[in-house]
Amino acid sequence: MSMSPSTADSVPFTPASYAPAEPGGDLWTLNLGPQHPACHTTLRHVVELDGERIVSCVVHIGYLHSGFEKQGEHLNYDQYVTIVDRMNYVSPIANNVAWHHTCEKLFDIEITPRCKVIRTIVAELARIQDHLLCVGAAALDLGALTAFLYGFNEREAIHDILEDLCGSRFHTSYTRIGGAVCDISDRWPQMIRDFCRQVPSAINDLERLLNKNRIFVERTRGIGFVSKEDAISWSLTGPVARASGVRRDLRKDEPYLCFADNWDGKGSSPVDFKVPVADMGDCYGRYLVRLEELKQSLTIIELLVENIPPGPINVGPADKMTLPDKSEVYSSIEGVIHHFEKVMTNRGFAPPAGEVYGAHETPNGELGFYLVSDGSNTPYRARCRPPCFMNYQCFPDLIVGHQISDVIAILGSMNIIAAELDR
Amino acid sequence: MNPLDVGQVLEALARQFADLDLRPAPLLAREVSGEKQICLRVPADRLVEVMRFLYDDGRCRFDQLADLTCIDYLDYSGAVDRFAVTYCLVSTEIGHRLWVKCPANDPAPEVPSVTSIWKGADWPEREVWDLFGIRFADHPDLRRIMTWEGFESHPLRKDYPLRGRGEREQFERVSRETA
Repeated sequence: MSMSPSTADSVPFTPASYAPAEPGGDLWTLNLGPQHPACHTTLRHVVELDGERIVSCVVHIGYLHSGFEKQGEHLNYDQYVTIVDRMNYVSPIANNVAWHHTCEKLFDIEITPRCKVIRTIVAELARIQDHLLCVGAAALDLGALTAFLYGFNEREAIHDILEDLCGSRFHTSYTRIGGAVCDISDRWPQMIRDFCRQVPSAINDLERLLNKNRIFVERTRGIGFVSKEDAISWSLTGPVARASGVRRDLRKDEPYLCFADNWDGKGSSPVDFKVPVADMGDCYGRYLVRLEELKQSLTIIELLVENIPPGPINVGPADKMTLPDKSEVYSSIEGVIHHFEKVMTNRGFAPPAGEVYGAHETPNGELGFYLVSDGSNTPYRARCRPPCFMNYQCFPDLIVGHQISDVIAILGSMNIIAAELDR
Repeated sequence: MNPLDVGQVLEALARQFADLDLRPAPLLAREVSGEKQICLRVPADRLVEVMRFLYDDGRCRFDQLADLTCIDYLDYSGAVDRFAVTYCLVSTEIGHRLWVKCPANDPAPEVPSVTSIWKGADWPEREVWDLFGIRFADHPDLRRIMTWEGFESHPLRKDYPLRGRGEREQFERVSRETA
């Protein structure tokens, strides 16, 4: 391979060279999807082509719409976590954490420091899980199968860690109001340490395989360019926005969990990490930002796993928000009463009436929940602000003027998860 | 100064729109972990004007529409208007957030589109039209987005049952012979 990085940097992007064809020529229409092996999920693009160049594109979504928000109005705050899992199913545990973060804002519960650390670790694991798939799949779509397998190896290790955490490898449903379904095992921190030791070599492999790979660079440089102004106006968030130079990361701008100042009530400072920002705005920039975020997430996890505070993972039983420990249920009358009070639909607790918005920086961007409570034990409205949905709407703008094969490159770099897109 | 504090914004708004009763109030009665989530009420006929001000003014600079959704207050106690289209604005420069609610009512709920201010309002407005049946005036392409053209209900309305109205059972069946 003879290409040096400086050559890669000098691949020009001139929008004029991608100008659409003259109207009135011989155009033909191609239906890409809803079932297409390179689209990963159920998306449909109707593209109008002049030769191989795209003149216009209309996106049809909704094939996986399954009424998640409607269901949210009929399930209680703990039950809905199982639905939240199914939104971005590439990194389900990040959705769990974001959902219960919003619920706890509504209920005014301050979770324990131990729970904060564990939730932060798993949310960062989810970021690694998501980015590994995204980077790998983006390369896969461009013909590099190996990178995909490098990514999947490490995802497998994360699934093992999650299995040890909560018994479920994929759809974790791990969090509960005021805590989590169970505490970590003794060997869990060691599993994470082992994982943190092995991932850098996988990232290194990915970098050596792709960063200067002529095919990969030429297929991604200057492709799917979004300017900073457009990124803000199109409501882009997450790595896609940061690759266009938008300096915004909710972990820094609206800090939560261990990213907040004095998170443990003993004056601890926020976890130290850097937010990678690129100004390229193209598929290659998005790839680089994701790679750098992988490394940053690793440093966050490495820092936190050595400092998991002792103490309970759930908030105390006094406010009757969390399910009591099973040993207590089986051995004491108070425990049984407490358990029944919590699970009976006509009893339970009453959240305050009102509305609240909570958002987390999930791997794909801002995952927000807007909760409306009428004081009953199910939400009156459980709006989800899905990052994919907001990110994907600029797609027709990005694709016009590009070649048909670039559809796949751009899709891969935006990391569209249709289950979250359609809900 | 706390970057999440929108006191300045409210001052600027009160001066600019002295004739409007914006009623700024927190979303939740108590303060949420140190941040006040402030929500305004803006009537539909002045919505675009207020939004344009929030976008342009130097003290506001709400350059991004973080979220656009709707709430159906059909059987919510104390609610006056049936629908509230809810906007969550965010400033990527200053870092503050503001919520704006625009009421809409039967029989033909309609609010103006804000796609001329934020491009990102495109799909969320289509989603609200699809799932709540609120029309957005001047939206460039107001088609259904989650359900299909020809579907007549708006499923996130409170009077739409969880299991649907039998639409699924009434699908036309296509067999191998008739396909």
